[in-house]
Amino acid sequence: MTAMIQAQGLVKRYKEVTALAGLDLEVPEGTVLALLGPNGAGKTTAVRCLTTLLRPDEGSAVVAGVDVLADPTEVRRRIGLSGQYAAVDEHLTGFENLTMVGRLYGMGKKQARERARELLERFALSDAGDRPSKTYSGGMRRRLDLAGALVSAPPVLVLDEPTTGLDVRARQQMWDVIRDLVTSGATLLLTTQYLEEADKLADDIVVIDHGRAIAQGTADQLKAQTGGERLELVVAEAHEVDTATRLLAGVAMGEVQRDERTLTATVDDGQAALARLLADLRDQPVTVLEVGLRRPTLDDVFLALTGRVAEADDQSPEAHEKQQEVPA
Amino acid sequence: MSATKALTDGWVVAQRNVIKIKRVPEVLVFVLISPIMFVLLFAYVFAGAIQVPAGVDYKEFLVAGIFAQTVVFGATFTGAGLAEDMQKGIIDRFRSLPMSRSAVLVGRTTSDVVYNVCSLVIMALTGLLVGWRIREGALDALLGFALLLVFAYSISWIMAWVGLIVPSVDVVNNASFVVIFPLTFLSNAFVPLEAFDGVLKTIVEWNPVSSLTQASRELFGNTGGQPPPSEAFSMEHPAVYTLIWSALFVAVFVPLSVRQFKRTSK
Repeated sequence: MTAMIQAQGLVKRYKEVTALAGLDLEVPEGTVLALLGPNGAGKTTAVRCLTTLLRPDEGSAVVAGVDVLADPTEVRRRIGLSGQYAAVDEHLTGFENLTMVGRLYGMGKKQARERARELLERFALSDAGDRPSKTYSGGMRRRLDLAGALVSAPPVLVLDEPTTGLDVRARQQMWDVIRDLVTSGATLLLTTQYLEEADKLADDIVVIDHGRAIAQGTADQLKAQTGGERLELVVAEAHEVDTATRLLAGVAMGEVQRDERTLTATVDDGQAALARLLADLRDQPVTVLEVGLRRPTLDDVFLALTGRVAEADDQSPEAHEKQQEVPA
Repeated sequence: MSATKALTDGWVVAQRNVIKIKRVPEVLVFVLISPIMFVLLFAYVFAGAIQVPAGVDYKEFLVAGIFAQTVVFGATFTGAGLAEDMQKGIIDRFRSLPMSRSAVLVGRTTSDVVYNVCSLVIMALTGLLVGWRIREGALDALLGFALLLVFAYSISWIMAWVGLIVPSVDVVNNASFVVIFPLTFLSNAFVPLEAFDGVLKTIVEWNPVSSLTQASRELFGNTGGQPPPSEAFSMEHPAVYTLIWSALFVAVFVPLSVRQFKRTSK
Protein backbone atom coordinates (compact mmCIF):
# COMPACT_ATOMS: atom_id res chain seq x y z
CA MET A 1 0.00 0.00 0.00
CA THR A 2 1.36 3.41 -0.92
CA ALA A 3 1.50 6.15 1.68
CA MET A 4 -0.54 9.18 0.65
CA ILE A 5 0.92 11.27 3.44
CA GLN A 6 4.44 10.72 4.61
CA ALA A 7 6.27 13.05 6.95
CA GLN A 8 9.73 12.61 8.35
CA GLY A 9 11.33 14.49 11.19
CA LEU A 10 9.18 17.61 10.97
CA VAL A 11 10.54 20.39 13.16
CA LYS A 12 9.03 23.82 13.62
CA ARG A 13 10.35 26.27 16.17
CA TYR A 14 9.01 29.61 17.25
CA LYS A 15 11.01 31.97 19.40
CA GLU A 16 10.69 30.22 22.73
CA VAL A 17 8.47 27.33 21.75
CA THR A 18 9.20 24.19 19.79
CA ALA A 19 5.88 23.35 18.18
CA LEU A 20 7.11 20.28 16.32
CA ALA A 21 10.07 18.33 17.62
CA GLY A 22 10.69 15.75 14.91
CA LEU A 23 7.30 14.35 13.97
CA ASP A 24 7.00 11.29 11.73
CA LEU A 25 3.69 10.35 10.14
CA GLU A 26 2.50 7.88 7.57
CA VAL A 27 -1.02 7.57 6.20
CA PRO A 28 -1.59 4.68 3.74
CA GLU A 29 -3.91 5.28 0.79
CA GLY A 30 -7.61 5.04 1.59
CA THR A 31 -7.16 5.05 5.36
CA VAL A 32 -7.91 7.50 8.14
CA LEU A 33 -5.27 8.65 10.58
CA ALA A 34 -6.23 10.62 13.66
CA LEU A 35 -3.70 12.90 15.27
CA LEU A 36 -4.76 12.93 18.90
CA GLY A 37 -3.43 15.37 21.44
CA PRO A 38 -4.31 18.17 23.84
CA ASN A 39 -4.33 21.85 22.93
CA GLY A 40 -0.83 23.00 22.14
CA ALA A 41 0.50 19.53 21.33
CA GLY A 42 1.43 20.66 17.83
CA LYS A 43 -1.50 19.20 15.89
CA THR A 44 -2.37 22.36 14.01
CA THR A 45 1.27 23.12 13.29
CA ALA A 46 1.67 19.63 11.80
CA VAL A 47 -1.41 20.13 9.64
CA ARG A 48 -0.18 23.52 8.46
CA CYS A 49 3.19 22.08 7.48
CA LEU A 50 1.58 19.23 5.53
CA THR A 51 -0.83 21.54 3.71
CA THR A 52 1.85 24.07 2.63
CA LEU A 53 0.56 26.83 4.91
CA LEU A 54 3.72 26.70 6.96
CA ARG A 55 7.28 25.83 6.08
CA PRO A 56 8.89 23.40 8.53
CA ASP A 57 12.37 24.32 9.79
CA GLU A 58 13.56 20.76 9.32
CA GLY A 59 12.28 17.49 7.91
CA SER A 60 10.43 16.55 4.78
CA ALA A 61 6.93 15.61 3.74
CA VAL A 62 5.41 14.00 0.67
CA VAL A 63 1.66 14.39 0.20
CA ALA A 64 -0.21 12.61 -2.60
CA GLY A 65 3.14 11.82 -4.20
CA VAL A 66 4.38 15.41 -4.24
CA ASP A 67 7.11 16.96 -2.12
CA VAL A 68 5.55 19.67 0.03
CA LEU A 69 8.66 21.85 0.02
CA ALA A 70 9.60 21.40 -3.63
CA ASP A 71 6.21 21.89 -5.28
CA PRO A 72 3.64 23.39 -2.90
CA THR A 73 1.29 24.46 -5.70
CA GLU A 74 0.98 20.91 -6.98
CA VAL A 75 0.30 19.70 -3.42
CA ARG A 76 -2.48 22.30 -3.11
CA ARG A 77 -4.09 20.84 -6.25
CA ARG A 78 -4.28 17.44 -4.61
CA ILE A 79 -5.46 18.22 -1.09
CA GLY A 80 -8.54 19.60 0.57
CA LEU A 81 -8.14 21.36 3.91
CA SER A 82 -10.83 22.11 6.41
CA GLY A 83 -9.53 24.05 9.35
CA GLN A 84 -10.35 24.60 12.95
CA TYR A 85 -11.61 28.09 12.20
CA ALA A 86 -14.13 27.69 9.39
CA ALA A 87 -12.44 29.31 6.41
CA VAL A 88 -15.53 30.75 4.79
CA ASP A 89 -16.28 34.31 3.80
CA GLU A 90 -19.14 35.37 6.01
CA HIS A 91 -20.47 38.03 3.65
CA LEU A 92 -20.75 35.57 0.78
CA THR A 93 -23.55 33.04 0.50
CA GLY A 94 -22.75 29.35 0.75
CA PHE A 95 -23.17 29.08 -3.00
CA GLU A 96 -20.87 32.04 -3.67
CA ASN A 97 -18.24 30.67 -1.31
CA LEU A 98 -18.14 27.30 -3.06
CA THR A 99 -18.29 28.80 -6.55
CA MET A 100 -15.35 31.03 -5.71
CA VAL A 101 -13.32 28.09 -4.46
CA GLY A 102 -14.15 26.13 -7.63
CA ARG A 103 -13.04 29.03 -9.81
CA LEU A 104 -9.79 29.29 -7.87
CA TYR A 105 -9.18 25.59 -8.48
CA GLY A 106 -9.30 26.56 -12.15
CA MET A 107 -12.83 25.43 -13.00
CA GLY A 108 -14.94 27.30 -15.53
CA LYS A 109 -17.92 29.33 -14.28
CA LYS A 110 -20.51 26.73 -15.26
CA GLN A 111 -18.60 23.81 -13.80
CA ALA A 112 -17.90 25.69 -10.56
CA ARG A 113 -21.59 26.56 -10.16
CA GLU A 114 -22.76 23.00 -10.79
CA ARG A 115 -20.23 21.63 -8.33
CA ALA A 116 -21.30 24.20 -5.72
CA ARG A 117 -24.98 23.17 -6.00
CA GLU A 118 -24.03 19.52 -5.84
CA LEU A 119 -22.02 19.98 -2.64
CA LEU A 120 -24.67 22.16 -0.99
CA GLU A 121 -27.16 19.37 -1.67
CA ARG A 122 -24.82 16.73 -0.29
CA PHE A 123 -24.17 18.64 2.93
CA ALA A 124 -27.83 19.52 3.53
CA LEU A 125 -27.19 23.21 2.87
CA SER A 126 -29.36 23.64 -0.22
CA ASP A 127 -32.02 25.67 1.60
CA ALA A 128 -29.43 27.97 3.11
CA GLY A 129 -27.29 28.09 -0.02
CA ASP A 130 -28.33 31.58 -1.05
CA ARG A 131 -28.07 33.17 2.37
CA PRO A 132 -24.88 34.95 3.52
CA SER A 133 -22.93 32.40 5.53
CA LYS A 134 -22.78 34.66 8.59
CA THR A 135 -26.40 33.64 9.20
CA TYR A 136 -25.33 29.98 9.48
CA SER A 137 -25.05 28.02 12.71
CA GLY A 138 -21.63 26.74 13.80
CA GLY A 139 -22.35 23.28 12.44
CA MET A 140 -23.53 24.63 9.08
CA ARG A 141 -20.43 26.78 8.77
CA ARG A 142 -18.20 23.78 9.42
CA ARG A 143 -20.08 21.75 6.82
CA LEU A 144 -19.70 24.58 4.33
CA ASP A 145 -16.00 24.72 5.09
CA LEU A 146 -15.70 20.98 4.61
CA ALA A 147 -17.62 21.28 1.32
CA GLY A 148 -15.01 23.87 0.31
CA ALA A 149 -12.29 21.32 0.92
CA LEU A 150 -14.07 18.83 -1.35
CA VAL A 151 -14.72 21.07 -4.34
CA SER A 152 -12.03 19.49 -6.49
CA ALA A 153 -12.65 15.97 -5.10
CA PRO A 154 -9.05 15.75 -3.85
CA PRO A 155 -7.49 12.35 -3.09
CA VAL A 156 -6.17 13.60 0.27
CA LEU A 157 -8.25 15.37 2.89
CA VAL A 158 -6.95 17.09 5.98
CA LEU A 159 -9.42 18.04 8.70
CA ASP A 160 -8.14 20.09 11.61
CA GLU A 161 -10.35 19.53 14.66
CA PRO A 162 -13.51 19.21 12.57
CA THR A 163 -15.87 19.09 15.56
CA THR A 164 -14.22 21.30 18.19
CA GLY A 165 -16.78 23.75 19.49
CA LEU A 166 -19.79 21.97 18.01
CA ASP A 167 -22.72 20.78 20.09
CA VAL A 168 -23.53 17.09 20.37
CA ARG A 169 -26.01 17.00 17.50
CA ALA A 170 -23.81 18.95 15.10
CA ARG A 171 -20.90 16.70 16.06
CA GLN A 172 -22.91 13.58 15.23
CA GLN A 173 -23.87 15.07 11.85
CA MET A 174 -20.25 15.89 11.15
CA TRP A 175 -19.21 12.35 11.99
CA ASP A 176 -21.77 10.97 9.56
CA VAL A 177 -20.46 13.26 6.84
CA ILE A 178 -16.86 12.24 7.50
CA ARG A 179 -17.75 8.53 7.51
CA ASP A 180 -19.33 8.96 4.07
CA LEU A 181 -16.13 10.53 2.80
CA VAL A 182 -14.11 7.62 4.05
CA THR A 183 -16.33 5.07 2.33
CA SER A 184 -15.84 6.92 -0.94
CA GLY A 185 -12.12 6.13 -0.69
CA ALA A 186 -10.43 9.36 0.31
CA THR A 187 -7.28 9.31 2.39
CA LEU A 188 -7.88 11.33 5.50
CA LEU A 189 -5.79 12.96 8.20
CA LEU A 190 -7.77 14.43 11.04
CA THR A 191 -6.74 16.04 14.28
CA THR A 192 -8.82 15.85 17.40
CA GLN A 193 -8.77 16.33 21.14
CA TYR A 194 -11.34 13.59 21.65
CA LEU A 195 -10.41 9.95 21.96
CA GLU A 196 -14.01 9.04 21.19
CA GLU A 197 -13.82 10.88 17.87
CA ALA A 198 -10.56 9.21 16.89
CA ASP A 199 -12.09 5.90 17.95
CA LYS A 200 -15.20 6.40 15.80
CA LEU A 201 -13.51 7.67 12.66
CA ALA A 202 -9.91 6.55 12.41
CA ASP A 203 -8.16 3.33 11.39
CA ASP A 204 -5.03 4.40 13.14
CA ILE A 205 -4.25 6.90 15.87
CA VAL A 206 -1.08 8.81 16.59
CA VAL A 207 -0.96 10.43 20.00
CA ILE A 208 1.18 13.54 20.06
CA ASP A 209 2.52 15.66 22.86
CA HIS A 210 5.07 18.48 22.78
CA GLY A 211 5.35 18.12 19.00
CA ARG A 212 6.33 14.49 19.06
CA ALA A 213 4.49 11.20 18.54
CA ILE A 214 4.31 9.38 21.87
CA ALA A 215 2.16 6.42 20.86
CA GLN A 216 0.64 4.91 17.77
CA GLY A 217 -1.89 2.20 17.11
CA THR A 218 -5.51 1.36 16.53
CA ALA A 219 -8.07 2.62 18.99
CA ASP A 220 -8.25 -0.86 20.53
CA GLN A 221 -4.50 -1.11 20.92
CA LEU A 222 -4.34 2.27 22.60
CA LYS A 223 -7.20 1.41 24.89
CA ALA A 224 -5.56 -1.83 25.82
CA GLN A 225 -2.45 0.19 26.60
CA THR A 226 -4.56 2.67 28.49
CA GLY A 227 -6.44 -0.10 30.21
CA GLY A 228 -9.97 -0.10 28.85
CA GLU A 229 -12.92 1.05 30.89
CA ARG A 230 -12.87 3.11 34.05
CA LEU A 231 -14.92 2.49 37.14
CA GLU A 232 -15.55 5.68 39.04
CA LEU A 233 -16.88 6.07 42.54
CA VAL A 234 -17.72 9.16 44.58
CA VAL A 235 -18.34 8.83 48.31
CA ALA A 236 -19.99 11.30 50.68
CA GLU A 237 -17.54 11.50 53.60
CA ALA A 238 -13.75 11.78 53.76
CA HIS A 239 -13.47 9.00 56.34
CA GLU A 240 -15.17 6.60 53.94
CA VAL A 241 -12.47 6.97 51.30
CA ASP A 242 -10.14 4.32 52.72
CA THR A 243 -12.80 1.63 52.88
CA ALA A 244 -14.05 2.51 49.40
CA THR A 245 -10.51 2.41 48.03
CA ARG A 246 -9.98 -1.05 49.45
CA LEU A 247 -13.22 -2.30 47.88
CA LEU A 248 -12.52 -0.71 44.50
CA ALA A 249 -8.99 -2.14 44.49
CA GLY A 250 -10.59 -5.55 44.94
CA VAL A 251 -12.29 -5.38 41.52
CA ALA A 252 -9.75 -3.21 39.66
CA MET A 253 -6.86 -4.21 37.39
CA GLY A 254 -4.41 -1.59 38.56
CA GLU A 255 -3.93 1.10 41.10
CA VAL A 256 -6.84 3.20 42.38
CA GLN A 257 -6.52 6.92 41.60
CA ARG A 258 -7.77 9.18 44.40
CA ASP A 259 -8.88 12.74 43.94
CA GLU A 260 -10.55 14.00 47.14
CA ARG A 261 -13.63 11.81 47.44
CA THR A 262 -13.55 10.60 43.82
CA LEU A 263 -11.92 7.26 43.15
CA THR A 264 -11.10 5.89 39.72
CA ALA A 265 -9.70 2.55 38.64
CA THR A 266 -9.19 0.66 35.41
CA VAL A 267 -11.29 -2.48 35.13
CA ASP A 268 -11.20 -5.38 32.75
CA ASP A 269 -14.82 -6.41 32.37
CA GLY A 270 -16.67 -3.25 33.34
CA GLN A 271 -20.11 -4.68 33.86
CA ALA A 272 -18.95 -7.58 36.02
CA ALA A 273 -16.66 -5.33 38.07
CA LEU A 274 -19.48 -2.85 38.68
CA ALA A 275 -21.84 -5.63 39.82
CA ARG A 276 -19.20 -6.99 42.21
CA LEU A 277 -18.38 -3.58 43.60
CA LEU A 278 -22.04 -2.82 44.28
CA ALA A 279 -22.47 -6.18 46.00
CA ASP A 280 -19.37 -5.53 48.15
CA LEU A 281 -20.58 -2.04 49.05
CA ARG A 282 -23.94 -3.27 50.31
CA ASP A 283 -22.63 -4.44 53.70
CA GLN A 284 -20.26 -1.51 54.27
CA PRO A 285 -20.81 1.80 56.08
CA VAL A 286 -20.08 3.84 52.93
CA THR A 287 -22.45 6.42 51.42
CA VAL A 288 -22.08 6.27 47.66
CA LEU A 289 -22.97 9.50 45.84
CA GLU A 290 -22.10 8.35 42.34
CA VAL A 291 -20.87 5.19 40.76
CA GLY A 292 -20.47 4.31 37.12
CA LEU A 293 -18.48 3.12 34.15
CA ARG A 294 -16.91 5.37 31.58
CA ARG A 295 -14.75 4.89 28.55
CA PRO A 296 -11.19 6.16 28.73
CA THR A 297 -10.80 9.79 27.73
CA LEU A 298 -7.86 11.59 26.27
CA ASP A 299 -6.90 12.40 29.85
CA ASP A 300 -6.74 8.71 30.67
CA VAL A 301 -4.68 7.96 27.58
CA PHE A 302 -2.32 10.72 28.57
CA LEU A 303 -2.11 9.63 32.12
CA ALA A 304 -1.31 6.13 31.01
CA LEU A 305 1.27 7.23 28.42
CA THR A 306 2.95 10.12 30.15
CA GLY A 307 1.97 9.77 33.78
CA ARG A 308 0.52 13.26 33.78
CA VAL A 309 -2.76 14.93 32.94
CA ALA A 310 -3.20 16.40 29.46
CA GLU A 311 -3.29 20.08 30.16
CA ALA A 312 -3.31 22.88 27.66
CA ASP A 313 -0.81 25.48 28.74
CA ASP A 314 -1.35 29.09 27.79
CA GLN A 315 1.92 29.27 25.94
CA SER A 316 0.70 26.71 23.45
CA PRO A 317 2.43 26.72 20.08
CA GLU A 318 -0.96 27.21 18.46
CA ALA A 319 -1.63 30.37 20.37
CA HIS A 320 1.89 31.42 19.62
CA GLU A 321 1.49 30.73 15.97
CA LYS A 322 -1.58 32.92 15.72
CA GLN A 323 0.46 35.84 16.98
CA GLN A 324 3.22 35.04 14.55
CA GLU A 325 1.03 35.14 11.50
CA VAL A 326 1.02 38.88 11.14
CA PRO A 327 4.51 40.02 12.04
CA ALA A 328 4.70 43.49 13.49
CA MET B 1 1.41 29.35 -12.63
CA SER B 2 0.45 30.94 -15.93
CA ALA B 3 -0.20 34.67 -16.26
CA THR B 4 -3.77 33.94 -17.41
CA LYS B 5 -4.49 31.91 -14.28
CA ALA B 6 -3.00 34.71 -12.15
CA LEU B 7 -5.30 37.26 -13.80
CA THR B 8 -8.38 35.01 -13.54
CA ASP B 9 -7.65 34.34 -9.85
CA GLY B 10 -7.22 38.06 -9.19
CA TRP B 11 -10.50 38.71 -10.96
CA VAL B 12 -12.33 36.03 -8.93
CA VAL B 13 -11.08 37.58 -5.68
CA ALA B 14 -12.04 41.06 -6.95
CA GLN B 15 -15.58 39.81 -7.62
CA ARG B 16 -15.74 38.49 -4.08
CA ASN B 17 -14.73 41.93 -2.75
CA VAL B 18 -17.35 43.65 -4.88
CA ILE B 19 -20.05 41.31 -3.51
CA LYS B 20 -18.91 42.44 -0.06
CA ILE B 21 -19.37 46.11 -1.01
CA LYS B 22 -22.95 45.23 -1.97
CA ARG B 23 -23.57 43.28 1.26
CA VAL B 24 -22.13 45.97 3.54
CA PRO B 25 -23.18 49.18 1.79
CA GLU B 26 -22.59 51.24 4.95
CA VAL B 27 -18.89 51.36 4.09
CA LEU B 28 -19.62 52.79 0.67
CA VAL B 29 -21.88 55.46 2.17
CA PHE B 30 -19.03 56.78 4.30
CA VAL B 31 -16.60 56.53 1.40
CA LEU B 32 -18.93 58.80 -0.55
CA ILE B 33 -19.84 61.27 2.18
CA SER B 34 -16.32 62.42 2.97
CA PRO B 35 -15.54 63.70 -0.56
CA ILE B 36 -18.84 65.60 -0.63
CA MET B 37 -17.86 67.11 2.68
CA PHE B 38 -14.44 68.08 1.35
CA VAL B 39 -15.82 69.74 -1.77
CA LEU B 40 -18.34 71.75 0.26
CA LEU B 41 -15.94 72.70 3.06
CA PHE B 42 -13.15 73.89 0.80
CA ALA B 43 -15.46 75.54 -1.70
CA TYR B 44 -17.16 77.63 0.95
CA VAL B 45 -14.63 77.98 3.78
CA PHE B 46 -11.37 78.54 1.89
CA ALA B 47 -12.69 80.03 -1.33
CA GLY B 48 -12.10 83.60 -0.17
CA ALA B 49 -8.93 82.96 1.77
CA ILE B 50 -6.70 81.29 -0.79
CA GLN B 51 -5.19 83.38 -3.55
CA VAL B 52 -5.39 81.73 -6.97
CA PRO B 53 -3.95 82.91 -10.30
CA ALA B 54 -5.90 85.66 -12.02
CA GLY B 55 -8.68 84.49 -14.28
CA VAL B 56 -9.34 81.31 -12.31
CA ASP B 57 -12.24 80.76 -9.96
CA TYR B 58 -11.15 79.03 -6.71
CA LYS B 59 -13.95 76.49 -6.91
CA GLU B 60 -12.79 75.48 -10.38
CA PHE B 61 -9.20 75.42 -9.19
CA LEU B 62 -10.14 73.37 -6.16
CA VAL B 63 -12.19 70.50 -7.58
CA ALA B 64 -9.35 68.77 -9.44
CA GLY B 65 -7.30 69.04 -6.23
CA ILE B 66 -10.07 67.43 -4.20
CA PHE B 67 -10.30 64.66 -6.81
CA ALA B 68 -6.59 63.96 -6.49
CA GLN B 69 -6.59 64.10 -2.71
CA THR B 70 -9.62 61.82 -2.37
CA VAL B 71 -8.49 59.08 -4.74
CA VAL B 72 -5.05 59.04 -3.12
CA PHE B 73 -6.69 58.75 0.30
CA GLY B 74 -8.84 55.96 -1.10
CA ALA B 75 -5.74 53.75 -1.07
CA THR B 76 -6.19 53.50 2.68
CA PHE B 77 -9.10 51.15 1.96
CA THR B 78 -6.75 48.81 0.16
CA GLY B 79 -4.44 48.58 3.14
CA ALA B 80 -7.27 48.27 5.66
CA GLY B 81 -9.11 45.71 3.52
CA LEU B 82 -6.02 43.55 3.20
CA ALA B 83 -5.12 43.82 6.87
CA GLU B 84 -8.67 42.65 7.61
CA ASP B 85 -8.47 39.81 5.07
CA MET B 86 -5.26 38.58 6.65
CA GLN B 87 -6.98 38.19 10.00
CA LYS B 88 -9.97 36.27 8.69
CA GLY B 89 -10.25 32.51 8.36
CA ILE B 90 -10.81 32.79 4.62
CA ILE B 91 -7.12 33.55 4.10
CA ASP B 92 -6.32 29.95 5.10
CA ARG B 93 -8.68 28.72 2.42
CA PHE B 94 -6.95 30.94 -0.14
CA ARG B 95 -3.53 29.73 0.98
CA SER B 96 -4.50 26.08 0.67
CA LEU B 97 -5.77 26.52 -2.89
CA PRO B 98 -3.67 26.15 -6.05
CA MET B 99 -4.21 29.80 -6.86
CA SER B 100 -1.80 32.56 -7.77
CA ARG B 101 0.00 34.00 -4.74
CA SER B 102 -0.74 37.48 -6.05
CA ALA B 103 -4.50 36.96 -6.46
CA VAL B 104 -5.56 38.23 -3.04
CA LEU B 105 -3.57 41.43 -3.65
CA VAL B 106 -4.54 41.91 -7.28
CA GLY B 107 -8.17 41.27 -6.33
CA ARG B 108 -8.08 43.84 -3.55
CA THR B 109 -6.39 46.62 -5.53
CA THR B 110 -8.71 45.96 -8.48
CA SER B 111 -11.94 46.00 -6.49
CA ASP B 112 -10.90 49.20 -4.77
CA VAL B 113 -11.04 50.91 -8.16
CA VAL B 114 -14.82 50.55 -7.73
CA TYR B 115 -14.66 52.78 -4.63
CA ASN B 116 -12.67 55.39 -6.51
CA VAL B 117 -15.01 55.35 -9.51
CA CYS B 118 -17.99 55.85 -7.18
CA SER B 119 -16.33 58.66 -5.28
CA LEU B 120 -15.23 60.42 -8.50
CA VAL B 121 -18.81 60.34 -9.79
CA ILE B 122 -20.18 61.72 -6.53
CA MET B 123 -17.50 64.41 -6.32
CA ALA B 124 -18.01 65.45 -9.93
CA LEU B 125 -21.75 65.85 -9.31
CA THR B 126 -21.14 67.83 -6.12
CA GLY B 127 -18.55 69.89 -7.97
CA LEU B 128 -21.01 70.71 -10.73
CA LEU B 129 -23.50 71.86 -8.09
CA VAL B 130 -21.06 74.31 -6.51
CA GLY B 131 -19.98 75.77 -9.85
CA TRP B 132 -17.20 73.55 -11.19
CA ARG B 133 -17.31 73.09 -14.97
CA ILE B 134 -15.61 70.85 -17.54
CA ARG B 135 -14.34 73.32 -20.12
CA GLU B 136 -12.36 71.05 -22.45
CA GLY B 137 -13.84 68.22 -24.52
CA ALA B 138 -15.49 65.14 -23.07
CA LEU B 139 -12.56 63.00 -24.23
CA ASP B 140 -10.07 65.16 -22.33
CA ALA B 141 -12.26 64.97 -19.25
CA LEU B 142 -12.38 61.18 -19.50
CA LEU B 143 -8.60 61.11 -19.81
CA GLY B 144 -8.45 63.25 -16.67
CA PHE B 145 -10.57 60.76 -14.73
CA ALA B 146 -8.56 57.85 -16.14
CA LEU B 147 -5.29 59.47 -15.02
CA LEU B 148 -6.71 59.92 -11.50
CA LEU B 149 -7.71 56.24 -11.38
CA VAL B 150 -4.35 55.01 -12.68
CA PHE B 151 -2.40 57.02 -10.13
CA ALA B 152 -4.76 55.93 -7.33
CA TYR B 153 -4.28 52.31 -8.38
CA SER B 154 -0.51 52.61 -8.12
CA ILE B 155 -0.77 54.23 -4.67
CA SER B 156 -3.08 51.43 -3.53
CA TRP B 157 -0.18 48.99 -4.07
CA ILE B 158 1.88 51.01 -1.58
CA MET B 159 -0.91 50.73 0.95
CA ALA B 160 -1.34 47.03 0.12
CA TRP B 161 2.23 46.54 1.24
CA VAL B 162 1.60 48.61 4.37
CA GLY B 163 -1.53 46.56 5.08
CA LEU B 164 0.57 43.38 5.00
CA ILE B 165 3.40 44.56 7.24
CA VAL B 166 1.32 46.11 10.03
CA PRO B 167 -0.64 44.00 12.48
CA SER B 168 -4.10 45.57 12.36
CA VAL B 169 -6.62 47.67 10.52
CA ASP B 170 -6.29 50.53 13.01
CA VAL B 171 -2.57 50.79 12.42
CA VAL B 172 -3.17 50.95 8.66
CA ASN B 173 -5.49 53.90 9.16
CA ASN B 174 -2.97 55.74 11.31
CA ALA B 175 -0.05 54.90 9.04
CA SER B 176 -1.88 56.11 5.99
CA PHE B 177 -2.72 59.35 7.74
CA VAL B 178 0.94 59.97 8.42
CA VAL B 179 1.98 59.23 4.84
CA ILE B 180 -0.92 60.44 2.76
CA PHE B 181 -1.81 63.61 4.63
CA PRO B 182 1.53 65.36 4.01
CA LEU B 183 1.66 63.95 0.48
CA THR B 184 -1.64 65.55 -0.47
CA PHE B 185 -1.23 68.79 1.48
CA LEU B 186 2.34 69.46 0.33
CA SER B 187 0.93 69.80 -3.17
CA ASN B 188 -0.90 72.29 -5.32
CA ALA B 189 -4.22 70.56 -4.63
CA PHE B 190 -5.60 73.30 -2.38
CA VAL B 191 -3.03 76.07 -2.61
CA PRO B 192 -1.43 77.16 -5.91
CA LEU B 193 2.26 76.41 -6.44
CA GLU B 194 3.01 80.14 -6.58
CA ALA B 195 2.12 80.44 -2.91
CA PHE B 196 5.08 78.25 -1.81
CA ASP B 197 8.70 79.35 -1.34
CA GLY B 198 12.15 77.83 -1.30
CA VAL B 199 12.59 74.15 -0.48
CA LEU B 200 8.88 73.72 0.13
CA LYS B 201 8.19 75.00 -3.37
CA THR B 202 10.61 72.44 -4.85
CA ILE B 203 8.95 69.63 -2.92
CA VAL B 204 5.49 70.72 -4.02
CA GLU B 205 6.70 71.17 -7.59
CA TRP B 206 7.99 67.60 -7.86
CA ASN B 207 5.32 65.90 -5.74
CA PRO B 208 3.40 63.56 -8.08
CA VAL B 209 0.15 64.60 -6.41
CA SER B 210 0.87 68.11 -7.73
CA SER B 211 1.47 66.86 -11.25
CA LEU B 212 -1.68 64.74 -11.04
CA THR B 213 -3.65 67.80 -9.96
CA GLN B 214 -2.06 69.99 -12.63
CA ALA B 215 -2.75 67.39 -15.35
CA SER B 216 -6.38 67.05 -14.23
CA ARG B 217 -6.86 70.83 -14.20
CA GLU B 218 -5.52 71.04 -17.74
CA LEU B 219 -7.65 68.12 -18.98
CA PHE B 220 -10.82 69.51 -17.38
CA GLY B 221 -9.96 73.02 -18.61
CA ASN B 222 -9.78 74.57 -15.15
CA THR B 223 -6.54 76.54 -15.54
CA GLY B 224 -8.24 79.66 -16.83
CA GLY B 225 -5.91 79.56 -19.82
CA GLN B 226 -2.89 80.18 -17.59
CA PRO B 227 0.45 78.62 -18.58
CA PRO B 228 1.95 75.93 -16.29
CA PRO B 229 2.96 77.48 -12.95
CA SER B 230 6.61 76.49 -13.39
CA GLU B 231 9.05 75.34 -16.02
CA ALA B 232 9.87 72.13 -14.20
CA PHE B 233 9.28 68.94 -16.21
CA SER B 234 6.67 67.85 -13.69
CA MET B 235 4.56 70.93 -14.46
CA GLU B 236 5.33 71.21 -18.18
CA HIS B 237 4.35 67.57 -18.80
CA PRO B 238 2.28 66.70 -15.74
CA ALA B 239 0.44 63.70 -17.21
CA VAL B 240 3.64 62.00 -18.39
CA TYR B 241 5.37 62.76 -15.10
CA THR B 242 2.42 61.31 -13.14
CA LEU B 243 2.42 58.14 -15.25
CA ILE B 244 6.16 57.67 -14.65
CA TRP B 245 5.53 57.72 -10.91
CA SER B 246 2.60 55.35 -11.25
CA ALA B 247 4.73 52.87 -13.17
CA LEU B 248 7.48 53.22 -10.60
CA PHE B 249 5.13 52.57 -7.66
CA VAL B 250 3.70 49.49 -9.36
CA ALA B 251 7.12 48.18 -10.35
CA VAL B 252 8.41 48.48 -6.78
CA PHE B 253 5.39 47.67 -4.63
CA VAL B 254 3.79 44.79 -6.55
CA PRO B 255 6.82 42.50 -6.04
CA LEU B 256 7.35 43.80 -2.49
CA SER B 257 3.74 43.09 -1.55
CA VAL B 258 3.65 39.64 -3.16
CA ARG B 259 6.86 38.74 -1.35
CA GLN B 260 5.43 39.98 1.95
CA PHE B 261 2.22 38.01 1.36
CA LYS B 262 4.20 34.82 0.86
CA ARG B 263 6.35 35.51 3.90
CA THR B 264 3.48 35.99 6.31
CA SER B 265 2.51 32.35 5.77
CA LYS B 266 5.82 30.98 6.96
